[in-house]
Amino acid sequence: MPGEAPDLFAGDAPPAAEPAGEPTALVVPRDFLELAELAIRHSDAERFALLYSLLWDGRRDPGLLRNPAEARMVRLHAMARAVRRDAHKMHAFVRFREIDTPDGERSVAWFEPEHHIVEAEAGFFQRRFAALRWSILTPRRCAHWDGEAVTFTASARRADAPAADAAEDLWRTYFASIFNPARLKPDAMRAEMPKKYWKNLPEARIIPALMQGAEARMRAMLGQEPRAPARRQKAGRDPAA
Amino acid sequence: MELRAKLALLADAAKYDASCASSGSEKRDSTQGGLGSTEGMGICHAYAPDGRCISLLKLLLTNACIFDCAYCINRATSNIRRARFTVDEVVRLTLAFYRRNYIEGLFLSSGIIRSADYTMEQLIRVARTLREQHGFLGYIHLKTIPDAAPELLAEAGRWADRLSINVELPQVASLRELAPEKDLPGIHDAMGELSTHIAEAREARQTARRAAPPRFAPAGQSTQMIIGADNSTDGQILGTSDGLYKQFKLRRVYYSAYSPIPEASAALPPQPPPLLREHRLYQADWLLRFYDFTTEEILSGGEDGMLDLEADPKLAWALKHRDDFPLDLNKAPREALLRVPGLGARNVNRILEARRHSRVKLADLARLRVPLRKVAPFLVAPDHRPPPGQIDATGLRQKLLNPSAFAAAQPAQLSLAL
Ligand code: SF4
Repeated sequence: MPGEAPDLFAGDAPPAAEPAGEPTALVVPRDFLELAELAIRHSDAERFALLYSLLWDGRRDPGLLRNPAEARMVRLHAMARAVRRDAHKMHAFVRFREIDTPDGERSVAWFEPEHHIVEAEAGFFQRRFAALRWSILTPRRCAHWDGEAVTFTASARRADAPAADAAEDLWRTYFASIFNPARLKPDAMRAEMPKKYWKNLPEARIIPALMQGAEARMRAMLGQEPRAPARRQKAGRDPAA
Repeated sequence: MELRAKLALLADAAKYDASCASSGSEKRDSTQGGLGSTEGMGICHAYAPDGRCISLLKLLLTNACIFDCAYCINRATSNIRRARFTVDEVVRLTLAFYRRNYIEGLFLSSGIIRSADYTMEQLIRVARTLREQHGFLGYIHLKTIPDAAPELLAEAGRWADRLSINVELPQVASLRELAPEKDLPGIHDAMGELSTHIAEAREARQTARRAAPPRFAPAGQSTQMIIGADNSTDGQILGTSDGLYKQFKLRRVYYSAYSPIPEASAALPPQPPPLLREHRLYQADWLLRFYDFTTEEILSGGEDGMLDLEADPKLAWALKHRDDFPLDLNKAPREALLRVPGLGARNVNRILEARRHSRVKLADLARLRVPLRKVAPFLVAPDHRPPPGQIDATGLRQKLLNPSAFAAAQPAQLSLAL
């Protein structure tokens, strides 16, 4: 669908039935096309009506489509921003789990995007993980890569994706260790990693324990025994030397 | 020691390095083989409860160190448990995390073991193994040991996207006192060497016709200063940053508020500096790099070489330069708009764009999500004129710092003006 947008709005195909005397050529700035292409992926059902009304009025006031402060343009920008953010969060928060299949290893992720971005963003994962064979399952569309081409299938359910992965425990250990308990800033964390994503992030389930400083509980979750008290070590000795 | 226990220990020891950036490198991807990509933009794959971005697997190769820097938990005389990863362990962890899309790459640092050269060799070996044996194309940031041999620095740049050497403290005197084995001229020499390599590689890339010339740290070099471990003023800190940006073309200077460590040395302050100080320094650093402020101008907003902790540095500056305001939103040049408290660079660009089509009103700024209460006293617009005398009123600072008090007073004035 996003691929169709430029044709739909390109300047060389004006609507057929124009009343005489009306301006006919639809000249659209390139920036606007890019904006429209993003906004059209938004899940808001009014996105088409908004674009239509802007294009309609843009015929007589071409400046409109360049004016970032006009009310409808502000809304369009907001939609594009939301789509861009969703795409960025998808690049960030997709978590693959590796499974063995009859044709070898496969990386499978379950992700819940807010907007219609799976087709548009599959390329990112193809460029990054061309060497792997992967599937990203979502409630909207699913993308699959087998080393040749990306293919898309209809929506999936969470239960279709694998439930765990051997590396997740190590990842949680890392997450717990890299954070500095002396500088708790949960609001900053939630602003960038909103709670709606947590259920699909393997590290998120230890966040409450990290915030309460509940070390014992956290260790239990990490499957780790409490450490023995540190043994005094000779200063500066290379432990592996 | 078991891998997970090492990971816990050596990630914990690495968290005092503030940098987690994975942006600004060359573009590359795995469509022609290999694993991974860098597309210019950094990606934060998670956020920790301390609000910080987790983009890279940040590790120390070992927390053993022959140096004895007073502020550092890994110093030789610190009574902590020591551990060391093998090269292969770091490589495997990096690949396992990368394949699952947990990280953008690796940030590897280390305590100094045996010698500077030996340590640098170990760091390089991890990067080389990732690149050569595993075709790894993700981001690699290597800590550089300043005393290591020039050939080693040169090789590090071949594999890494970014290199960094921490200056640690802004004054030579405090470095001498707190990190006696570190040597500032040596650090500057190494930074100079890196910056020459980086510039040459960049130039060669731009002029090369056919075969791409060897890469060298395409994401540049950065450094870090510890805040509050010595008596340096913000002026000394920013002055040092400014010098480093100019002399060595650093991409970033990171500021890390000193946090008291277990078994701290008596030479250190028992109290950490307010975290807000670190935040204000980052804001000031931003003004230095992107808003055409000089160090002197920034410091003129504070007192005695210290930034104003209550007000962000741009607001603090504006409150001391009230004669420059209010500005006409529709006539002021870009440089002047950039100095309006509450107007960021992106919104300034939008305003300039909107100005080409129609007169911009304060109401338009509201739609651009500009904080109106903050900008209003500093701007004149077709729908807004600040009340006479407001800009010079002694209460303005208090009103701007205390938005709730301001909120009670402001709407009437705004609606009158609209
Ligand atoms: S050289 Fe680095 S690791 Fe060693 S004590 Fe100094 S700061 Fe810490």
